[in-house]
Amino acid sequence: MAEQTSRTMHDDAPLSKAKDPNATSLPAASVTTRPSDSIASETVTVNRPRQQLYEFWRKLENLPSFMDNVERIDVLDNQRSHWVVLGPAGRRVEWDSIIIDDRPGDRIAWTVDVDGDSSVQHSGSVTFKDATGKRGTTVTATIIYDPPGGAIGKAIAKLFQREPAIQVRRELRRFKQLMETGEIATAEPPDAAPRA
Amino acid sequence: MRALTWQGKHDVRVSTIPDPQIVNPQDAIVRVTSTAICGSDLHLYDHVIPRMKRGDVLGHEFMGEVVEVGRGLKNLQVGDKVVVPFVIACGSCFFCNRQQFAACDNSNPADAADVSELAYGYPMAGAFGYSHLTGGYAGGQAEYVRVPFADVGPLIVPPDIEDEKVLFLGDILPTGWMAAENCRIEGGDTVAVWGCGPVGLFAVQCAFLQGAERVIAIDHHPHRLELAKTLGAEVVDFEEVKLRQALAEMTGGIGPDACIDAVGMESHGLSIDNLVEEAKMAVKLGTDRLHVVRQAILACRKGGRLSIPGVYGGFGDKFPIGALMEKGLSVGSGQTHVQKYMKSLLDMVLDGKVDTTFLISHRLPLDDGPEAYKMFKEQQNDVTKVVLKPDASTIH
Repeated sequence: MAEQTSRTMHDDAPLSKAKDPNATSLPAASVTTRPSDSIASETVTVNRPRQQLYEFWRKLENLPSFMDNVERIDVLDNQRSHWVVLGPAGRRVEWDSIIIDDRPGDRIAWTVDVDGDSSVQHSGSVTFKDATGKRGTTVTATIIYDPPGGAIGKAIAKLFQREPAIQVRRELRRFKQLMETGEIATAEPPDAAPRA
Repeated sequence: MRALTWQGKHDVRVSTIPDPQIVNPQDAIVRVTSTAICGSDLHLYDHVIPRMKRGDVLGHEFMGEVVEVGRGLKNLQVGDKVVVPFVIACGSCFFCNRQQFAACDNSNPADAADVSELAYGYPMAGAFGYSHLTGGYAGGQAEYVRVPFADVGPLIVPPDIEDEKVLFLGDILPTGWMAAENCRIEGGDTVAVWGCGPVGLFAVQCAFLQGAERVIAIDHHPHRLELAKTLGAEVVDFEEVKLRQALAEMTGGIGPDACIDAVGMESHGLSIDNLVEEAKMAVKLGTDRLHVVRQAILACRKGGRLSIPGVYGGFGDKFPIGALMEKGLSVGSGQTHVQKYMKSLLDMVLDGKVDTTFLISHRLPLDDGPEAYKMFKEQQNDVTKVVLKPDASTIH
């Protein structure tokens, strides 16, 4: 921890982009990371007020509209939700997610309540900050996950483009498209199109 | 419907494919009445732009009639006669708000955007008929096209105007205009233009309209040089003269104040650097031919401006960074922010200030597309611009 503190004194770059994966840790993460964990973090600027973006995201039923691999989210109560997700190689995986930090207009963090399949264990957060220059809101999504099968599992997942880092990047792009334009860009014919 | 599809290097076919449909709320469907083959389509034809897939519908210069509108459109109506910009832009993002439409952040589908983000640092905007780098959107060399963000892009033109007067508002006329604008022309300036294809010829016209005192046009096709001359340019055949020395002498030893590369990655010429690069391209080492850009950097006066509307896609060898820096040149470049320029250029066309029809050499039915590509590629002297008509009965 002391080492990380000194790093931030010399370097304002995001910790999630450090070359040494062991040096990374989520700022203000409410979860403990293990040495085997991977971190995927992406940022976009969305030309909309942060309260509006927070509210859209916090209504979890909205998330499948831009998260391509999420088939369905059932909201169970104010903290808990059940996710049905298409994983690597077409495998359908399900889990319950618990919101562990909820600051309106600012941040949502969650972790997966695993009672069985540990390969879907992950936690994450999305933060909303005012962008400089009145450019809207800087949205950062971060996922901490234990890649199934370790490094090899991660490589295979990447091959099928279901690797969390790629997924997060594309989901944030689609979120931005939906928030700024009201639709999600696609060149596919209607039956193959993502939901708009 | 019928459409021209890319099947591989030097292989364009007329295919019958399903009609496009409205997908998103801000889509429109346009029935194409005129469409052109662009010089940059030849880069696809020669397969020097990556990420083409068999069956892709070609074409990014087109116009026609709106036949269907999505529920989210407010301005466009069925029956409107429109010219469609080749760049697809959302109109809402940071870049569109600054009129940098060709940098739109939202028009390239999220999955397709990965490649150009990897290659260029940030993803490119979407475009019609131009490889999956720009989204893989079906193009306009077809009977019908799905046009996304149709309140932002398509320009409504008077119903009675001839297609050929306005067709080029969708790409090459604004590209010529922006090429000249990137020269930041001042009174008394001499502008040199490499390449007398359609963009180069429009750049000649636009440079004069923006106040250039002299324009020097460079090519090796006699007919194309002749066209440049009719526009008021002095012309130079690079096969006949030592180009840099000629340009220096023609400008009193100072050099052109601004240089426009309207050629891009597939430059011609029997110079050593070009032959080496052509050989590398042939074995797919992935380098663009920088011959013109090198010449332009050397020929330009100290403190001058370099404008690059010509298309490059990858990497260049032996880029003269020293000359660029030591001479203090500034560079303007990029795909054209078409939406920014269309309206004012339409007014100039309607006022008769710009002639857009002089460069059309061939008017053919869409079904002759494969042959038209071949002609445009192989007979560049005579074939200056091909306009294709999906409805052959409208050719006159």
